[in-house]
Amino acid sequence: MTEHLDGNALAGPLGELFTVDMTSATGRCASCGLTGPVASLRVYGPDPGLVARCPGCEEVVLRLVRGPGSAWLDLRGMVSLRLNVPD
Amino acid sequence: MSIISRGFRGKRRDAGDRLPPGQYLVEDFPVLSAGPTPRVPLDRWEFAIDTEAEQTHRWSWEEFMALPAETPTVDIHCVTKWSKLDTTWEGVSLDVLFEDVETAAEYALVYSYGGYTTNLPLEDLLDGKAWIVHRFDGEELEPRHGGPARLIVPHLYFWKSAKWVRGIRLLNDDWPGFWETAGYHNYGDPWREQRYEGD
Repeated sequence: MTEHLDGNALAGPLGELFTVDMTSATGRCASCGLTGPVASLRVYGPDPGLVARCPGCEEVVLRLVRGPGSAWLDLRGMVSLRLNVPD
Repeated sequence: MSIISRGFRGKRRDAGDRLPPGQYLVEDFPVLSAGPTPRVPLDRWEFAIDTEAEQTHRWSWEEFMALPAETPTVDIHCVTKWSKLDTTWEGVSLDVLFEDVETAAEYALVYSYGGYTTNLPLEDLLDGKAWIVHRFDGEELEPRHGGPARLIVPHLYFWKSAKWVRGIRLLNDDWPGFWETAGYHNYGDPWREQRYEGD
């Protein structure tokens, strides 16, 4: 049984917070340096929170917890994020 | 939701009285995970208590299994709102594991195989309130439920009951764990509905 979903599962929850499509953004893993689209992350959850892990080293890249009236987003596992924005 | 009769256990309180605010009853055992399930061979498994004075007490699986066991029957409450009553476990009380541990620390950070952590005051682990368990419902604890061994601290939300437990670090200062640094409450008392930071 596959325990995780792919990073496209983050589209809705992140779409609530950001105006650009975050799943096509390119991130760099702070642990192993692997670079790739958010859609390629391995996503566990959704409860108690979404945990996205690097497909290379399995370290946590992103966490998102949604409570009533608040969302907590942790991007400590990501060095940088390249976002596609209009010219 | 229907009212569940537990008439055959006359001395127990009604299920309703045992359900903290905002919770609902389940009969199955939901699996929630924040990462891949670690597979820990028993010959490499160990459990450790690390004190604030940098003393480490270690138990191999064989040593752990030789300790006096208890069979607690407890109600468990997940922060995602399900509760399960009368769950039966077998394992070792933390009071036994702490018998020879000298510490003046007030806080504990529990850590697991796979990297999970959770924090709680040390006093919440002692005086018959917590166990390291290796059997559930009469069977070996399955890896998806935290086997070979997990912590259970039933009086707090179940995220404090770390699966795949590997050790406890004793600290003079509180150190928030995995979910406690991502919006969940630092203490997590289900009866006070301490789900999120600020509750």
